[in-house]
Amino acid sequence: MMIDHPLLGPRDSAEFTYLGDARLIERPSPDAEDAATAFYDYAYLRDNPAGWHRELWFHEAGDRSWLVVTRNTMTHEIAKVELAADVAREKGRST
Amino acid sequence: MRYSGLKVIREAVTGHKGWRPAWRDPEPADYYDLVIVGGGGHGLATAHYLAKEFGQARVAVIEKGWIGGGNVGRNTTIIRSNYLLDGNEPFYEMSLKLWEGLEQDLNYNAMVSQRGILNLIHSDNQRDAFIRRGNAMILNGADADMLSTQDIKKRYPFLNTQDARFPIKGGLAQHRGGTVRHDAVAWGYARSADSRGVDIIQNCEVTGFRIANGVCTGVETTRGFIGAGKVGCAVAGNSSRLMRLANMRLPIESHVLQAFVSEGLKPVLPGVITFGAGHFYCSQSDKGGLVFGGDIDGYNSYAQRGNLPVVEDVCEGAMAIFPMLGRARLLRMWGGIMDMSMDGSPIIDKTHIDGLYFNGGWCYGGFKATPASGFAFAHLLATDRPHETATAYRFDRFEQGRMIDEKGMGNQPNLH
Repeated sequence: MMIDHPLLGPRDSAEFTYLGDARLIERPSPDAEDAATAFYDYAYLRDNPAGWHRELWFHEAGDRSWLVVTRNTMTHEIAKVELAADVAREKGRST
Repeated sequence: MRYSGLKVIREAVTGHKGWRPAWRDPEPADYYDLVIVGGGGHGLATAHYLAKEFGQARVAVIEKGWIGGGNVGRNTTIIRSNYLLDGNEPFYEMSLKLWEGLEQDLNYNAMVSQRGILNLIHSDNQRDAFIRRGNAMILNGADADMLSTQDIKKRYPFLNTQDARFPIKGGLAQHRGGTVRHDAVAWGYARSADSRGVDIIQNCEVTGFRIANGVCTGVETTRGFIGAGKVGCAVAGNSSRLMRLANMRLPIESHVLQAFVSEGLKPVLPGVITFGAGHFYCSQSDKGGLVFGGDIDGYNSYAQRGNLPVVEDVCEGAMAIFPMLGRARLLRMWGGIMDMSMDGSPIIDKTHIDGLYFNGGWCYGGFKATPASGFAFAHLLATDRPHETATAYRFDRFEQGRMIDEKGMGNQPNLH
């Protein structure tokens, strides 16, 4: 499986470490009223779709950037690769 | 039809014309007391124990393909109960006891072979961990035996105990562990359940649950609506997809685990060996093929096929311990999809929806659990109380911080 890194071009997926669902970028606020429920949901529950899945890959044996990869879990086809930092900034986060 | 030695001999001399289908192919009825979704090992075992131990006759097993075509047909057939934690060890020991009596229970040759399992030790701290594990096993009524390097050399003379990188410093053996013919498990349970009146309905996919006011009253299928007093879901690998139909999110990710078999060889490996320095396990089938596997591929997948980096990793593990394997041809490789739960342990529980029950999250250890899983799930479905060995397998353990984290990895399903 090849991952087309936005800065470095196509890289072998073996250079990467997998974290999981890209929703892990959206960490809930510990100060919220429903923080306990929100963190349970964040830490443990997953949509786990059969089909397109946005997920976090860490380029551990490369430039050590975090990527958001949109991959089909039925076919291993990759549709889109973004820098996780860009995705986080789009959501209004500073990094 | 009961099987017996006499029947086998009679059929052998009369051209095998007297065998009949081992289970019926019934049309689905409008209503059952209990509907099991999933005709794999766990679903069929549940149906068998519901009928035999809990006297439930109006039971159906619904399978989207053919029975035994899921993970029970694509695993490495190992049985063992070498667990550490209190939430797990009594459950897996019960499972091993049920394996020991399975063939008499089912009147079916499942080729249960207690050839023993040996976990190799490569460092002093690994030895400490395995002594602790062995003691936990013995405390729970299982058997455990610490072998010295000399004991291992006697049993497996071809192992390289002097290797500088991975010296073999001993091993934890469970002599009652072993292998079982996986397809025969599904067929034996199916035949037994069918003979006790359970309807096994194949080629029937569940497309939805009928839920009103928080009560599940049946399942929508490709062969029409089937009403049910209770619905039990046992479709590990596809648990998230199925429970999504009931608007449930689970603490589960689906991952692929690859397995491999070599060409048939003369007997070289008497028991199951696991190589603890990497992650590699191997046994020899009765046909002679070396059956082996290692880690999961590590990312969400429903593809039922793996990728090459893990093939390389598993084969490296194999070569580290059995250099002779390098001369054998790889005959087949395949991938199965597993529910990887957030703590590496399974879930057998009621859901928040009345009448809807769940069994899944087996990670890649579902095969050895088949009898106990079926028994415990049948107990839960029939009595609405968890079986005494499965009281820890609840949904709310994550929320309450009572995870059964056998590997000590935390909530990282791709590391369990």
